[in-house]
Amino acid sequence: MNAWNRFKSSYLLYSFKRDPLAILSFSVLSVLVVICILAPVLTPYNTYDTATFDIMDAETPPVWMEGGDESFILGTDIQGRDLLSTMIYGLRVSLLIGVGAVLLQSFIGILVGLFSGYFGGKLDSFLMRITDIQFSIPYLIVAIFTSAIFKLAFGVGRYAELAVPLLIVIIGVSHWPIYARTVRASVLGERNKEYVEAARVIGISRWQIMFRHVLPNTLTPVLVISTIQVAEAVMSEAALSFLGLGMPITKPSLGSLIRSGFEYIFSGSWWITFFPGILLVIFILVILLLGDWLRDVLNPKLYKG
Amino acid sequence: MFAFIVRRIIQAIFVMLIISLVGFIIQHSIGDPVRDLVGERVTPAEREVIRDQLGLNDPFYTQYFRFVKKACRGDLGLSFFYKKPALEVIVSKAPATIELVIVTALILIVVSIPAGIYAAIYPKSWFSRIVMAASTVGVAIPVFLTAIALIYLFAVELNWLPSYGRGETVNLWGWESGFFTWDGLKHLILPSASLASIMLPLFIRLVRAEMMEVLETEYIKFAWAKGLHRERVWFVHAFKNTLLPVITVFGVQLGILFAFTILTETVFNWHGMGFMFLEAVERSDTSLLVAYLVVVGVIFVVVNTVVDIVYGFVNPMVRIAGTK
Repeated sequence: MNAWNRFKSSYLLYSFKRDPLAILSFSVLSVLVVICILAPVLTPYNTYDTATFDIMDAETPPVWMEGGDESFILGTDIQGRDLLSTMIYGLRVSLLIGVGAVLLQSFIGILVGLFSGYFGGKLDSFLMRITDIQFSIPYLIVAIFTSAIFKLAFGVGRYAELAVPLLIVIIGVSHWPIYARTVRASVLGERNKEYVEAARVIGISRWQIMFRHVLPNTLTPVLVISTIQVAEAVMSEAALSFLGLGMPITKPSLGSLIRSGFEYIFSGSWWITFFPGILLVIFILVILLLGDWLRDVLNPKLYKG
Repeated sequence: MFAFIVRRIIQAIFVMLIISLVGFIIQHSIGDPVRDLVGERVTPAEREVIRDQLGLNDPFYTQYFRFVKKACRGDLGLSFFYKKPALEVIVSKAPATIELVIVTALILIVVSIPAGIYAAIYPKSWFSRIVMAASTVGVAIPVFLTAIALIYLFAVELNWLPSYGRGETVNLWGWESGFFTWDGLKHLILPSASLASIMLPLFIRLVRAEMMEVLETEYIKFAWAKGLHRERVWFVHAFKNTLLPVITVFGVQLGILFAFTILTETVFNWHGMGFMFLEAVERSDTSLLVAYLVVVGVIFVVVNTVVDIVYGFVNPMVRIAGTK
């Protein structure tokens, strides 16, 4: 039986087909991700190229309103960029940072959790103490502080240049403890099982047992929290950018677009804030809904009676 | 119990030492106390003399030790921009933030407990369904969007409520309060409503889940069997036991609310601690930044420790589990 057949008859697919909300959010998410990947092909304007937009077009309202221009379907932002194209590029940045940050978080968290759970003893209590301490401070505060410090250390210009990798590091570092705890808990459950003992008896090295045998069995909960973590990372990025600690307005993410639009909301240009805001909420909502569904399906302890 | 309290306090001190170490490293590597003191127009030779006088050429651990000693006496350095002790600046901004958090906490209690109880008692009613659906969507809406939406609706379109600043305040023994003027209260509504909107979904769900769990227990069945009044079973017998976990979570979340004040204060131009922090970042005011870090650290550690100790009193499982 190959992998595809196994997938076709799996419980995962079975419950997916029976959950209209999961199907809906999965399709919306796929469409958004595809749009992000194909952004340079799909968007009518390249918003990173200053030659393609004109400040005279600034604050053009959407096409159905008075004064709208047919070449800008959702209007333009404060710099005269086509809002739709800018939003798609912004979502792309948000998605990139979200996924990158979650990869970093899970990398740190899995390593800490695996070592802590497998070796136990002093190392375990030391690592878990650190995890507990960071866990007790809200991740958003950690992220805001770290980005503020980075901004001071690098200077505003360098920070804007390096914003994407820096934000991945900031959000990654501020949010790993949940992975460490989850992985440690599952490693503790797996460590004393018979297959681990059997592997030890036939003389496989500790490292190999840890990474080839124990680790794959702890990945289900990691997958479950990862979906929710992507949503949280995108939210943190938006919050940081909104505070002016994230993406610069020349390469806006959704958060920095909302920030720039907010300054113009009193003059009636609501669309610069509204459309990116709606896109952000939809994006986060579908990921959260998918995450909820995944948790219900993959976590047999939570079966609803 | 005594051992448990001691252990928690030692842990709290340990955390504070780590936070102060982080703060010190930031100040040590980014900040420039000489510039904070004399500005930019001093020759390098004179700078070196001042550095020596300030003890900035001492070894790292001596300087750190001095930093902790001064911090314990409440001296967190001088703010470059305000030309005042950093702690004084923070204390002068604190009332705005504290009042915002108090009103937010009141809104949370007044809205989430009745809504959560109702949703638990009548899970199938249309009102409960709307509340639950709204709380699912609510989790996905960032606080600054809620705030902007509220501003657009109530300040720009309807022009009912002011959208920025604290309005008229009254000075009570050095505490700038917005509680005692109509204007001040009106200015509080939008910021606290948007701040409350982050926590509301969580709290409604929590109250509902706890209440539903309690309603399934044996002693509630016994209370029904005794033929007690519905209100008595719900509000006296069941509600009392849902309160314990709710209070614990509330204590911890109160600390998180302080974190989110940075976002709301930016949107509403609310001159509290969070707003001051972002200004400090813009102005590269390192000592103020570090002072804020230490103060927020103290707030967190104290809140967490107190909640843990109180919980240890109420729930013996916590203090025994920690002992091994």
